[in-house]
Amino acid sequence: MQIKVNGKDLVLEKELSVKELIDEQRIEAPEYVTVQLNEEFVDKNDFSSIIIKDGDSIEFLYFMGGGRI
Amino acid sequence: MIVIIKLTQRHCEQILNYCQNEAPNEACGLLGGIIDEDVKIVKKVYLLTNVDQCPEHFSMDPQEQFAAIKDMRTNGWFLLGNFHSHPKSPSRPSEEDKRLAFDPEVSYLILSLMEEGYPILKSFRIQKDTVSEETIKIIAGGA
Repeated sequence: MQIKVNGKDLVLEKELSVKELIDEQRIEAPEYVTVQLNEEFVDKNDFSSIIIKDGDSIEFLYFMGGGRI
Repeated sequence: MIVIIKLTQRHCEQILNYCQNEAPNEACGLLGGIIDEDVKIVKKVYLLTNVDQCPEHFSMDPQEQFAAIKDMRTNGWFLLGNFHSHPKSPSRPSEEDKRLAFDPEVSYLILSLMEEGYPILKSFRIQKDTVSEETIKIIAGGA
């Protein structure tokens, strides 16, 4: 099956959950990653239960923040 | 390794005006553009909401982040970096800035407004605990 990850095509051999895809993509510090699946935000609590399907478009974005301390 | 980031005068004014208007809170945004060999050339400054609305912290609005990234992609640009202001502290990455800098490829611009009338904009690369300053080249022209 084929999906888009951050705008780029990716072929998957089988359906994966959002969490499994994060692991497979070796995304560092996943606790700081915000996810959109087909333009909808995915709650972190649902990363393991939501399954990515053929044709889906998923976006990963690192939290961007900081402070002066 | 890219060590030069080019912005137009207009881009700098956009960043400065936005940060001054948001003060005393920190302001933040993204920089989209192209990479020409070893030079990053900014094409657009995206002014984002600091959802923390705080003088000492910033968190970019995720919805606006996604929208900016998609706009960059539509234009064939890349995420070159981000900026935020330090209203009351120098233009250097704080410990929190370093801890939360997850992308070693992007430039981290910090505008200090600490000294009234003397804003200082600097750009950094942050790789784990290693911080290196980049050269900012300001060119004449609009956005």
